[in-house]
Amino acid sequence: MSTTASAGLPSPNLRSSGPKRDPAVALALGRSRKRRDIIARWLCVGATTIGIALLASILATLLVRGLGGISLDVFTKVTLPPGSDGGLLNAIVGSLIQTAIGTAIGTPIGLMVGTYLSEYARGSHLGNAVRFVSDVLLSAPSILIGLFVYTVLVAPFGGFSGIAGCIALAVIVIPIVVRTTEDMLQLIPVALREAAVALGAPKWRSIVFVCYPAAREGILTGVLLAVARVAGETAPLLFTSLGNLNWSLSLAQPMASLPVTIYQYAGSAFDDWVRLAWAGALLITLGVLAINIIARVVLRQRS
Amino acid sequence: MNEATTSQAEPITGPTLETRPEIAATQAKIAIRNLDFFYGDNRALKSINLDFPERQVTGMIGPSGCGKSTLLRCLNRMYDLYPGQRATGEAMMEGINIVDPKVDLNALRSRIGMVFQKPTPFPMSIYDNIAFGVKLHEKLTKAQMDERVEWSLSRAALWDEVKDRLASPASGLSGGQQQRLCIARSIAVRPEVILFDEPTSALDPISTLKVEELIDELKQDFTIAIVTHNMQQAARCADRVAFFYLGEMVEVGTAAQMFTAPRELRTQQYITGRFS
Repeated sequence: MSTTASAGLPSPNLRSSGPKRDPAVALALGRSRKRRDIIARWLCVGATTIGIALLASILATLLVRGLGGISLDVFTKVTLPPGSDGGLLNAIVGSLIQTAIGTAIGTPIGLMVGTYLSEYARGSHLGNAVRFVSDVLLSAPSILIGLFVYTVLVAPFGGFSGIAGCIALAVIVIPIVVRTTEDMLQLIPVALREAAVALGAPKWRSIVFVCYPAAREGILTGVLLAVARVAGETAPLLFTSLGNLNWSLSLAQPMASLPVTIYQYAGSAFDDWVRLAWAGALLITLGVLAINIIARVVLRQRS
Repeated sequence: MNEATTSQAEPITGPTLETRPEIAATQAKIAIRNLDFFYGDNRALKSINLDFPERQVTGMIGPSGCGKSTLLRCLNRMYDLYPGQRATGEAMMEGINIVDPKVDLNALRSRIGMVFQKPTPFPMSIYDNIAFGVKLHEKLTKAQMDERVEWSLSRAALWDEVKDRLASPASGLSGGQQQRLCIARSIAVRPEVILFDEPTSALDPISTLKVEELIDELKQDFTIAIVTHNMQQAARCADRVAFFYLGEMVEVGTAAQMFTAPRELRTQQYITGRFS
């Protein structure tokens, strides 16, 4: 059997001796591979350095200028006219309120839409349409969202208000949470869903008690991304909550916020206002950083 | 398990087998008649007729894509999760046609449990993994639930290994422990039938042995169907073995008969490794 098979080969000689490897060629190939490896590695290192350097430079400037503007007054006094030692209290509180309410409105809606897309609308036309619209919304300029809420909630009801700002922020939160929720739910192995269903679990139970816990970290990361995004949004608030130089907690009145205050102060001609703008920018950055760190610590403890 | 191992050592001849009363006498828990299954237009199962005798292990063997897993997934209607998949024909269990679209799926699945190829622990504690399924079908007090959790983990030969860490996440268990947890989770619901879909293909040899011993032990109380690619496993675990090829059920018989004296040429070729 084996003799007939080898006799059928075109060149039996190749088989007996086998092709020889040229050591010089192998060495040269090895050297060129190594060179390319070094080039690729340095390109990656270079790109990383540029990215990190930019970020570090921004953070350093922010720290130096911002720390210079921070004093107890920033947290205890409201915004005052130039030269009268004002603070940012109303802007800080306003930002906290609007970010919190905006996230609180947007997260459940985004979570449910993301769940619908992932669990109920796979491959359906309606699902594809919803996903497309949500993705468009995700990349829509935030000033458009501000104008939209202005048209729907501000103009017809006769004035700027804190609640309009909250809703504008919620509109920004929704597509971010939709996207991450859907993506994270899609990462859950099919076998896990089938295992829940095989025990006789109705679909909603398998989603709520198996899929959500399995995707918890990813979904929470999405919510945090959304918080970080809206905490720094200026444009959607300009047309909705407008900003308020006085102390006000009423959602029916115009409401101050850090980004809008920074926007107004940073471009002003007054040194103390510019200092406060830097302080405000540092506060937003530190706030977002703190949220991230806390969430990570909490998540790690739980799992 | 025992009869299969002995059969390899000293082959039992045909006549001895036919006189074994427990195989002849047991009733079919599930009786499949003329069952067809379709993935869209693709007919994946062709007029299957097969009985699953009560409190016995029925093994299903055959090359990849021959329909054995598909048949298993018909029995707990897993295919209902996916649009475009459907079954026609009969799979009777105590007067109920399992593939009837009107069947209450959650109730059906409480009677027919399933263990998958890869361990699928839920992202929760060991205790909650067991309680999850039980809570779907029964209202138990805390004490009753504790008792049920201990009972099912003991039945799955896992209790001694986890009794001190019931509150810790199930993901911390080893692969073999996770698979036994999944078995415990299935039996905690107290089903009548348990389906095993290649339950040991992701496990190491020691864990495989434990799961096989467990299956042997569980058949006292449950009717078991197991799909396996491992012919030794089929010989060790199964009382009856069915051979599938290209969507057809070619032959069914006792494990000893199938592995020593198959009637069909295709069965013989498959078990001797002529094709796969």
